[in-house]
Amino acid sequence: MIEALSAPVPAEAGSPRRQIAPERSRRRWAGLLVLLALVALTLLLSIAFGAKPLSPAQVWHGLWQPAGTEGDIIIRSLRVPRTALALVAGAALGVAGALMQGHTRNPIADPVLLGISAGAGMCVVGSVFLLGITSLYGYVWFGFAGALGASVLVFLVGTAARGGAAPVTLALAGAAAHALFTALTAGMVIFDRQALDTYRFWTVGSVSGRPLELTWQILPFIALGLALAAANAPGLNALSLGEDVARALGVRVGATRAVGMAAITLLTGTAVAACGPIGFVGLVATHVARYFTGPDYRWILVYAGLLGASLTTAADTLGRLVARPGELQVGIMLALIGAPVFIHLVRRRKPVRL
Amino acid sequence: MSPRKRQDPMDAVPDAARAARVRLRAEGLTLAYDGTPVVHALDLDIEDGTVTAIIGPNGCGKSTLLRAFGRLLKPAGGQVLLDGRPVHRLPTREVAGLVGMLPQSPVAPEGLCVADLVARGRHPHQTWYRRWSREDEAAVERALRATGTLDLAERTLDELSGGQRQRAWIAMALAQETELLLLDEPTNHLDLAHQMEVLDLVLDLHRDTGRTVVLVLHDLSLAARYADRLVAMKDGRIAACGTPAEVLTEKLLREVFGLRAVVRHEERTGAPLVIPLSRHEAPRPAPARDAATDAAPPLGDPV
Repeated sequence: MIEALSAPVPAEAGSPRRQIAPERSRRRWAGLLVLLALVALTLLLSIAFGAKPLSPAQVWHGLWQPAGTEGDIIIRSLRVPRTALALVAGAALGVAGALMQGHTRNPIADPVLLGISAGAGMCVVGSVFLLGITSLYGYVWFGFAGALGASVLVFLVGTAARGGAAPVTLALAGAAAHALFTALTAGMVIFDRQALDTYRFWTVGSVSGRPLELTWQILPFIALGLALAAANAPGLNALSLGEDVARALGVRVGATRAVGMAAITLLTGTAVAACGPIGFVGLVATHVARYFTGPDYRWILVYAGLLGASLTTAADTLGRLVARPGELQVGIMLALIGAPVFIHLVRRRKPVRL
Repeated sequence: MSPRKRQDPMDAVPDAARAARVRLRAEGLTLAYDGTPVVHALDLDIEDGTVTAIIGPNGCGKSTLLRAFGRLLKPAGGQVLLDGRPVHRLPTREVAGLVGMLPQSPVAPEGLCVADLVARGRHPHQTWYRRWSREDEAAVERALRATGTLDLAERTLDELSGGQRQRAWIAMALAQETELLLLDEPTNHLDLAHQMEVLDLVLDLHRDTGRTVVLVLHDLSLAARYADRLVAMKDGRIAACGTPAEVLTEKLLREVFGLRAVVRHEERTGAPLVIPLSRHEAPRPAPARDAATDAAPPLGDPV
């Protein structure tokens, strides 16, 4: 019966979407290439520039023929590890920010809003306060466990509300969890100087001083998180039309939210555990991504990931240059650059309704 | 048009005959929100290949019933049967391949263009390994063509007029290519010309493709014009069910809607026309109201 309407559509070679809205499709692919180039550029700059000026020859030498000179050591044990971590964590935070905004339908959603950073912070402080752990390696995994616990808690509380994990209940549960964890953290650092010292460095957000092994260790979690995010994109697109329309389109709403939360947990949990709560990346990357792609999460997620990676890497590089021979942490730099840019964006375009 | 008058949906039609013509059916359906029943043990058959309009006062449970038909609401009792199988036990995706549903006043994220909206209607036909195919492309183009939105494909929804936007949403539901289509107040917030535009489109779809359409409508005269069958609901129960002429009587309007009205018949189509009476108008002589026959005086009689 339906076939009665099937006017034959001319088949063409190439992308099947070309007939409808070809212009936008081309623009999106072009934007993707630009972003990849941007990531490559920030990667090069991050390795080439730092507190100690090195010539391009020295950088090249350090990368490919290390002989143990001072330059080689700086490149291999300082710049490469922090660049790798900045890229990986930035991509994770960018994608997670887009997922969070999508699932909470809240344009200011970020790890802070969902209580994930606060959960990680509380566990880092707790590990110092209660167990006396002081090494980075010791508390990274406590931070991960805290982020994990916080987002599971937020999701369960949000789901237990009447009507299931609706955007508003998720955001409210996150805000409550954030307040609780922050209060507990404050309670601990007041009594313990050691915990306070660890916390105040952790809470700024930094990618320096982390060995390359750490990046390798968090990589599987982030890869899994990115895979779940990719699987989540079509469902999130349907959910952005409202839960009723999504259900009518065959989306299992609960399962889609659960997969989204799992991805958010893995991505922010690992990034926050390894670098501390780097704020603003997810927020800015997602808004800039949406500005260019329009409301299609398949594209927003990719754009936000690449933008997050290049933003974080660029901010870290700048932080090394502005305060030579010291440096400003990436978390501080991101807020310093990000806030004005973001305010400019918001002033030029009215904030979008999600 | 329904060939028979069917006041009672559970009347004595042989099961076999009915099975051939009814794909969607409510059986003893009770629906509740937070334990408060809204629809009570309701039986209703949706005849295949017809346009059925559900009418009733605000809060009578008509949208709730439609949501249960679309598997958006789990029954508190009884069941909705789709091809003889209880719909809430079928996988969402399978139902989405058979029944398309457009909820009331859907909202889209800002900046979404018509082509992308309609493309999302293909969701139930896609899997993680099979994304966008030529068949999807063709279905989207058919839906855009059928709703006259092909020229609007690259425009964003916020730029469109209310009628155009509603046509775009219907195109999304059409791209799903289901034989059953449920529309919850598709004419909501539209002016009369746009209401006609949307309902004409629904009728086109029905005539061109034989789709079974169930819609919730507020405007009684339009419902009578466009539907083969009317289902009038009151307090979660079916008050009347049948052809528009059978259902839209002055007596029913008074009983179901609490509305004083005169029912005339449109000269060309014979469809009943509801003319509501204001509280400020002189009441008609009592005998005429109480008679409440199906045969109302022809249009043009002085009220």
